[in-house]
Amino acid sequence: MAAVGAAAAVVPLVAQMNPDASTIAAGAPIEVDLTPVAEGQDIKVFWRGKPIYISHRTKKQIEDAQSVNVSSLPDPQPDSARVKEGKDQWLVVIGICTHLGCIPIAHEGAYNGFFCPCHGSVYDTSGRIRSGPAPLNLAVPPYSFVSDTKIKIG
Amino acid sequence: MSGPSTFQPTNPAIKWIERRLPIFGLVHASFVAYPTPRNLNYFWTFGGILSMMLGVQIVTGVILAMHYTPHVDMAFNSVESIVRDVNYGWLLRYLHSNGASMFFIAVYIHMFRGLYYGSYKEPREVLWILGVIIYLLMMATGFMGYVLPWGQMSFWGATVITNLFSAIPYVGDSIVTLLWGGYSVGNPTLNRFFSLHYLLPFVIAGVVVLHVWALHVAGQNNPAGVEPKTDKDTVPFTPYATIKDSFAMVCFMIFFAWFVFYVPNYLGDPDNYIQANPGVTPAHIVPEWYYLPFYAILRSIPSKLGGVIAMFGAIVVLAFLPWLDSARTRSSRYRPLAKQFFWIFVAVCIVLGWLGGKPAEGIYVIAGRVLTACYFAYFLIVLPLLSRIERPKALPNSIADDVLGKGGTSRAMASSLLALVLAGGLIVAGGVHSARAADEHGGATPPSLKWSFAGPFGKFDRAQLQRGYKVYKEVCSTCHSMNLLHYRNLADAGGPGFTPAQALAVASDTTVKDGPNDAGEMFDRPGRLADPFPKPFPNENAGRAANGGAYPPDLSLMAKARNYDRGFPQFIFDFFTQFQEKGPNYIDALLQGYVDPPPADFKLPEGAYYNKYYPDHAIKMPKPISDDQVAYDDGTPTKVENYAKDVATFLMWTAEPHLEARKRMGLQVMIFLVILASLLYFTKKRVWSAVH
Ligand code: FES
Repeated sequence: MAAVGAAAAVVPLVAQMNPDASTIAAGAPIEVDLTPVAEGQDIKVFWRGKPIYISHRTKKQIEDAQSVNVSSLPDPQPDSARVKEGKDQWLVVIGICTHLGCIPIAHEGAYNGFFCPCHGSVYDTSGRIRSGPAPLNLAVPPYSFVSDTKIKIG
Repeated sequence: MSGPSTFQPTNPAIKWIERRLPIFGLVHASFVAYPTPRNLNYFWTFGGILSMMLGVQIVTGVILAMHYTPHVDMAFNSVESIVRDVNYGWLLRYLHSNGASMFFIAVYIHMFRGLYYGSYKEPREVLWILGVIIYLLMMATGFMGYVLPWGQMSFWGATVITNLFSAIPYVGDSIVTLLWGGYSVGNPTLNRFFSLHYLLPFVIAGVVVLHVWALHVAGQNNPAGVEPKTDKDTVPFTPYATIKDSFAMVCFMIFFAWFVFYVPNYLGDPDNYIQANPGVTPAHIVPEWYYLPFYAILRSIPSKLGGVIAMFGAIVVLAFLPWLDSARTRSSRYRPLAKQFFWIFVAVCIVLGWLGGKPAEGIYVIAGRVLTACYFAYFLIVLPLLSRIERPKALPNSIADDVLGKGGTSRAMASSLLALVLAGGLIVAGGVHSARAADEHGGATPPSLKWSFAGPFGKFDRAQLQRGYKVYKEVCSTCHSMNLLHYRNLADAGGPGFTPAQALAVASDTTVKDGPNDAGEMFDRPGRLADPFPKPFPNENAGRAANGGAYPPDLSLMAKARNYDRGFPQFIFDFFTQFQEKGPNYIDALLQGYVDPPPADFKLPEGAYYNKYYPDHAIKMPKPISDDQVAYDDGTPTKVENYAKDVATFLMWTAEPHLEARKRMGLQVMIFLVILASLLYFTKKRVWSAVH
């Protein structure tokens, strides 16, 4: 019994460490207007304190991303699984390196995708890891198109 | 804590207490009558030095906490206001920040000593493991403390280190969210780190009590590694060890004071003088120097989880040392092979530390892998193997024999160890320095100028500060803010030497929006001494919009936030010559480094200007100043050269307003400590003359 009581007492002591109500509320979905982002450009917005890269990819970038032999990748994922259908030109990824959390720089590195200056991870134009210590592709946040030129992240 | 007390108080009050709580007897038995081996060398004084450093850190830390605000918007500025406005705040802050490094220097010497002389062996296993626990707690405390000033390195160090836990399979991400209290490092993280940073030193103090207790049960090891057998082998703790420890502590304090008063930022990272910005990662993230060897191990393993396991494994393996090395002979003095491998291991650790400060690319990664393998091989292969195959030399019969036999060789070894540790520390520091410079690729090295404020007796030139202020006000301040400065500072001692009336006149030339008044309206009033320097832009985005997307950085701390590589071996000399003027050199060079048109082979991006000294050369700031732009009334030629030097001097003062007070006090402290050390040295000689 005493052990059960002690274990129950630990729950609030640990649970208080998780995000509090206001932090969760501030993490509600945001809407982003895409009209100002020209082809070849990208913007960075913050959602839940994380930078989100929204890139308007060029034809060439899209082709580069699609023509890769998927099975040769460290974290195999086709480009089509990382963008919304019919919206190939928009890549939306969380700009946090999957190695140890630095912010990769857009339009850098050997694949002209993202390059993380911290320990040298290189991502391609689809945000997939190509070389370096990071184990995974840049995460795609949950998002949807509200209209042709507006997305809702979260 | 060893056997029944021989303490016989005569004072009735003490007797009365002693019958109810035998605390005096305990202290007497532990620190007065306690027998210590008579052949201990100076490496055995680091235990005392460590206790002293723990005390220093707790006292300065508790005081700093009285002035510090753990909030993401205020933490950085609250640290700066401690340094600028709190009486002796600069001293307390530098004591605390450099104290952490001193603590680690001492603990590394203490640990290597234990390793060399086999102090972890039977019956001292628990003593050693308690030590490893203290070391782990120190690492955690140091890491969380480094986050509190909320500079760029604080923030990104915290991000990288907390993300280590995301490598844990399945639950990793939830653990990281739990640690952060949010979806990224933020205010909840800072708050809990502050709370724990305050708590852990007291936990350390508790474990230290256990450590000392275990020490007093097992007795101290000694350089010969044979247990004391007769009374001739030992001397009472007081006066012998007390006086020797005191002398060593004062010597250590001299070393400490050198950092605090003359090179307080030598071991720090310039990026930490830039406020944390979650949107920009510094080009090269380097942890504090004392974590570098482990950081190198982390990075040399190509898999994320593997790297994390290796890094923690590198520390945990220490706890198993008593069983990995089962050789009967304790001291490496009598183990010819173990001795050689020990020195190789020391070198491996130092080079790993150096690699940890290097960018993770090319040859550095390969070297890191090789040395990581060596690190683990030492514990897992070399030591177990040696304990089976090595034939130790003959041990002395007793400690007394050892003392009479030979003091010379052990002393030579002692000084070589010290020299090596020092050299190692400097190499690691150099690694950090050059690593930081790696991000400045492409920028030429600024020439080293002569500054009136350099060196141990440096002082600002008042007229130069006033001219620098004029340049700042008429030129720089149109785009750059100076958030940490107030008009009152112009009249501060050690500053540009305005009279309060002059400073007030400068202040009242400006209009400040104040309010609301009784009617609830905002109104304009003339500036006062307490007002901060005005901001050129209402907010960062306005600044960006007006400057082609690049925000002109705040200049308050600029002279401490910029860096460049001085190269090997220059950085070693820099420690002795107290070179601290990278920032002003860089600012001066930058202001004069514009080249128009740019070199033919350089492709200048649109809206940028070519500057020789700017990293990657393309700077968004147009050439800010040209000859004769600002009128000087003291006859100094109105050339860019002078403008640059004057404004660089002014920025050094804004970054380090108490520089003169610091150097002045440094001299007094140094003189005092040197006298104290020599008195203690001669007392120690007298006391010990009977036993030598
Ligand atoms: S955090 Fe990006 S490579 Fe390590």
